[in-house]
Amino acid sequence: MTDEITAPSRRSLLSMIGVVAGSAAMYHAMTELGYAEGSTFTGPIKLSQPPPGTSVLILGAGIAGMVSALELRDAGYKVQLLEYNDRPGGRNWTLYGGDTYTELGGFTQKVGFDPGQYINPGPWRLPYHHQGILHYVNRLGVALEPFTQVNYNAYVHSTEAFGGKPVRYRQIQADMHGHVAELLAKCTKQGALDKTVSKEDREILMLALRNWGALNGKFEYAKGLESSNRRGFDVDPGGGLNSVPVPSEPMAMSALLKSQLWTAIGASCNYEMQSAIFQPKGGMGMIGKAFGKELGPLIQYNSKVIDIHQDEKGVTATYVDSRTGGEKRTASADWCVCTIPASILSQIPMNVGEPMKAAINQLPYQAALKIGLQMKRRFWEQDDHIYGGHTYTNQPNQTISYPMWDYFSKGKGVLLGAYVFGEPAFVAAAKPPEERIKDALEYGSKIHPQYKEEFEAGVAVAWHRVPFTLGCAGAWTDAGRAQHYDNLCALDGRIVLAGEHASRIPAWQEGAVTSAIDAITRLHKRVMA
Amino acid sequence: MRNRLAAIVALVCLAAPALADTAAPAPPPRPNARNMKFPMQGGEAIYQGVCQGCHMPDAKGAVGAGAYPALAGNEKLIEGGYPIGVIMNGQKAMPPLGAMFSDTQIADVVNYIRTHFGNHYTDKVTAAEVKTMR
Repeated sequence: MTDEITAPSRRSLLSMIGVVAGSAAMYHAMTELGYAEGSTFTGPIKLSQPPPGTSVLILGAGIAGMVSALELRDAGYKVQLLEYNDRPGGRNWTLYGGDTYTELGGFTQKVGFDPGQYINPGPWRLPYHHQGILHYVNRLGVALEPFTQVNYNAYVHSTEAFGGKPVRYRQIQADMHGHVAELLAKCTKQGALDKTVSKEDREILMLALRNWGALNGKFEYAKGLESSNRRGFDVDPGGGLNSVPVPSEPMAMSALLKSQLWTAIGASCNYEMQSAIFQPKGGMGMIGKAFGKELGPLIQYNSKVIDIHQDEKGVTATYVDSRTGGEKRTASADWCVCTIPASILSQIPMNVGEPMKAAINQLPYQAALKIGLQMKRRFWEQDDHIYGGHTYTNQPNQTISYPMWDYFSKGKGVLLGAYVFGEPAFVAAAKPPEERIKDALEYGSKIHPQYKEEFEAGVAVAWHRVPFTLGCAGAWTDAGRAQHYDNLCALDGRIVLAGEHASRIPAWQEGAVTSAIDAITRLHKRVMA
Repeated sequence: MRNRLAAIVALVCLAAPALADTAAPAPPPRPNARNMKFPMQGGEAIYQGVCQGCHMPDAKGAVGAGAYPALAGNEKLIEGGYPIGVIMNGQKAMPPLGAMFSDTQIADVVNYIRTHFGNHYTDKVTAAEVKTMR
């Protein structure tokens, strides 16, 4: 059951790929193998000292705004931030037991979790290659722990496949790889690939298929130790007497194909989903809090910007108290970094040129939904041996995620009972929070019947109802990006925009960080010119 | 067999760069995903099932850092083509929803909002009209 083929060294593999496939494939392979860097973050920026007294007004104390503030302050700029919420972080946000959240329309939820239990309604993952956000996490001393993305023992589920019974991810992946490898091995043996693959490579390919697909000595994907070593056994091998393993039966290929459960495999392979991934201990909001502490009185909370005006001398933002309205106040500076989401900025009068205005106006925000469900006990661990990771389903709750902290705790746990994009997220936003939770319980109990017995308290965040964003993240289209992206990012007079919407990593905090660094670098250049 | 394989390889190669820009956040895998269209039929069901998420059950909209406009007593609804265009193509924070609705659904919900919430525009828009605006 051990791998028979010695893996070639990375360098010899690369030279092989270079010879066979040319430099483009070589570069691609290098990126995959970790030689070429994907992130635009190249380490902490060092801005030179600006002319004394140069000031920057920053609108929004989310990740982009606070990265901008930190770096500009350190360089010697006078900075001031205006923030709509009464807390730092923006979408970097954690809801804890005891918190109260009021969404648009006035629907108020008191988070009924126990103290210490939480969900992250917004971002929740920090992939290892998001070195920008990780830099600030480390600089601010925020403690991290592993985030489990791919859990081979979590489920993939469809109401229309296998009688609605959930299947373990490892079985889906092993069987899909196995069947495809067997097919391709057959094609190779029958000469179907003779014209495209050289004789020498065909031999290597056969070994590779056996290795990749867990084929037996006859190049078949069949019930046996090889396949069970991937998909799991009916009875695991053990110690002492009665220790003989009993292999499991692979699913038939046709049933597997028709089930569409294989959609989970591709998603698990995406760059952002690859290990290692991290999360802050105690919730994603710890990052926002740490930034807020660092910036202290530079942030003015509860400030709703209602007008942004620039002239040859500087930029003035007019704002009111976001809770009480009241009298208009102004804040002015030489320059402005505006991180207000486009969904809101499109409604604020601001004298920028038509290209930037058009770019802001054409960017709607995605629908998204997250629901946290506190359960009396961690039955997914105790009964199903699922420790972290995600279960995918064709039901409208789309994803169930298991808490990735306090493993084996005898106490309670909060499941993410729904993580939803697209049409079902719109539909959920139109329902009162308690109905969204009821739905999530109904769908979830099809996979985990323990749900109804163990459920205690829930909270549902539908992003189109979130008062400070009106949606989850900028919903760029390829056409929109081609026409407007550069105009959105370009400095317009004394104003530059930053945030995930001004990045090519939409919805990820790394987009906010790299956008902010790029924006203030260009702004600084203009100041120093 | 060879041709079919080659076609599959070509498809995979084509698909990869096209997906690159929209990769994040990765939408959850959806085995047996439907066509991602809203299932409700009839103006009221569509309004209550989708539109009121932002425009609210009383159609009075909502105000936060930005605002969702009220559809109640909204004079812009006087011209039926206007809401059709906004639903189909979006406008500022309003996402384009044309691909998620049929022509009939759009016509039905437009007719509903133009005759409810204090609006009394009784001239009906038709699915055929919606179709010409696609």
